[in-house]
Amino acid sequence: MTVVDTILVPVKRVVDANVRVRVKPDGSGMALDGVKMSINPFDEIALEEALRIRERGETAEVVVASIGPAVCTQQLRAGLAMGADRAILVETELDLEPLTVARTLKALVGRENSELVILGKQAIDGDNNQTGQMLAALWGRPQACFSSELSFSNGIATAMREVDAGIEVIEVELPAVVTTDLRLNEPRYTKLPDILKAKKKPLETLTLGELDVEPQAQFRVLGFETPPERPSGEKVRDVAELVLALRQKGVL
Amino acid sequence: MARVLIVAEHDGRTLNSSTARCVSCAASFEASAIDIAVLAADGAAVAAQAAALEGVTGVIRVDHPANEFPLAAVAAPQICALAADYTHVFGPSTTFGKDLMPRIAALLGVGQVSDIMHAESAWRFQRPIYAGNAILTVETPDDRPVVATVRTASYQAAESTGSAPISERAVEAEIPTHTRYVELRSDSGGGRPDLQTASRVVSGGRGVGSMENFEIIERLADALGAAVGASRAAVDAGYAGNDLQVGQTGKIIAPDLYIAVGISGAIQHLTGIKDAGVIVAINKDEDAPLFEVADIGLVADLFTAVPELIEALGEQAGGNS
Ligand SMILES: Cc1cc2nc3c(=O)[nH]c(=O)nc-3n(C[C@H](O)[C@H](O)[C@H](O)COP(=O)(O)OP(=O)(O)OC[C@H]3O[C@@H](n4cnc5c(N)ncnc54)[C@H](O)[C@@H]3O)c2cc1C
Ligand SMILES: Nc1ncnc2c1ncn2[C@@H]1O[C@H](COP(=O)(O)O)[C@@H](O)[C@H]1O
Repeated sequence: MTVVDTILVPVKRVVDANVRVRVKPDGSGMALDGVKMSINPFDEIALEEALRIRERGETAEVVVASIGPAVCTQQLRAGLAMGADRAILVETELDLEPLTVARTLKALVGRENSELVILGKQAIDGDNNQTGQMLAALWGRPQACFSSELSFSNGIATAMREVDAGIEVIEVELPAVVTTDLRLNEPRYTKLPDILKAKKKPLETLTLGELDVEPQAQFRVLGFETPPERPSGEKVRDVAELVLALRQKGVL
Repeated sequence: MARVLIVAEHDGRTLNSSTARCVSCAASFEASAIDIAVLAADGAAVAAQAAALEGVTGVIRVDHPANEFPLAAVAAPQICALAADYTHVFGPSTTFGKDLMPRIAALLGVGQVSDIMHAESAWRFQRPIYAGNAILTVETPDDRPVVATVRTASYQAAESTGSAPISERAVEAEIPTHTRYVELRSDSGGGRPDLQTASRVVSGGRGVGSMENFEIIERLADALGAAVGASRAAVDAGYAGNDLQVGQTGKIIAPDLYIAVGISGAIQHLTGIKDAGVIVAINKDEDAPLFEVADIGLVADLFTAVPELIEALGEQAGGNS
């Protein structure tokens, strides 16, 4: 039985999680030229969850959306190949702050009549962990953040949330915002025929203006620095030497 | 002049030490007021603990049945109603604060600074990005509230030597009913110290091999009076509970002693232990990246080294008594 008609899954294009990125020598930003880019890993989990919900017959369609430059179509195509029904690119060259991203997503929710938005809990570039919560606030709807299990019954979503003290169970009325933690699911691999099929799926491009969103930059970035490296220490040969070294450092 | 409101994290009885760390952050830029808001069903005990924190200028108790459990959607409008008197609203960057603070920021129509690790002034902050691979310096405008989370591992807890006045407030805010707390499931602990505040931590990784084997990590922790932690791979494999995960997406910790057993040292794990005093790595692969940051490294099979270490610690304890 359908629970919601449309699930919106925002996906961000970020540096691949396996790349070790560095600060540019002049401190003006990160050295990202030629670096492998991917869908933010938490967003891939969000998309996988949405697809499973559709496969259970609880939603009619899954829409992926990305806000960023034209190259984000790569990640949207990857999302379509994974199984999303259609994609929306909100094209902008600006590096938007989470509040503006949340405002844009709010506009998309209205446009698509979506009753469930599943986002990643955090984008692994800025590590902000804000957008889902901000969207929920602007929308005036509940949030189930850091979810590791999700189910539906009678217009209510039950979420297991990974919190510092363990697993917290909450119930939220739909429409709602969910953000994903790593253990929600394991995203599927895309098969080659699906990549070809994805080329024919609809991908629409919008502007911030068309969504009536005025981008706002509140924070002034003053610089990027490389954190101080921890000097590598000594190797000991056996447990006796280890105990001795621990004593010498005053931690035993 | 900066006037800081800090949202207290607590479980209804005890104030979490993350709150005392937020106080230290606010004190570091010499805020003229540092007030703590305690939202609870009955906040008497928690408010008293908050009022005792050195540097705190006042505690605001907001008692309401809806505040029995910490739900972001319920707390956010109440904090917003209090925020008008302040230039800053702070919370810890624990799962409690990460859930709540962006909701407050958006209701106030402002952005948020996540994970403050250093404050150059009340309006200029440093925070980690890219899993700690870079440190960003940002400046926030002084014409609107600064909403932020404080990276707890970067600050010591304020001492409990003060005595600030406590006031009770009924806030005018519409409290939503669309979110219901069901329960908290927690199985770890076993009477061991809390991972986030322990001075010693022993963590196990995928190398430990099974849930049964993970007992060896617990025994070493007990021999040291340490808390137990785990890598993501160990949690994913079911060796340990999710609340024990250390790293970018788990807990960021700063114990005096951190012992990593059978953990390779992925960047996402290392970002959680950077501020530890002494890092020890026990791994059978001498090229494991963890050795690059470890103060003391032992290349060995954990199944021989750890029991030996437990025994050596036992002898030492015996020898001392
Ligand atoms: C977005 C994202 C977020 C992440 N967040 C986190 C996080 O918060 N925390 C985290 O930990 N990881 C996180 N990860 C995962 C991280 O990238 C690594 O996959 C993970 O840390 C590996 O765990 P491990 O070291 O236990 O396992 P492995 O990398 O498999 O290492 C196991 C180690 O055990 C050693 N070993 C095996 N047998 C023995 C033995 N008998 N004796 C001694 N040594 C032995 C091996 O030599 C090896 O070095 C994240 C990943 C992503 C993509
Ligand atoms: N530019 C973007 N385009 C699409 N989704 C985004 C964008 N920025 C953030 N998100 C979503 O918001 C989540 C949290 O991001 P953040 O708050 O930046 O850590 C991400 O996992 C995405 O799901």
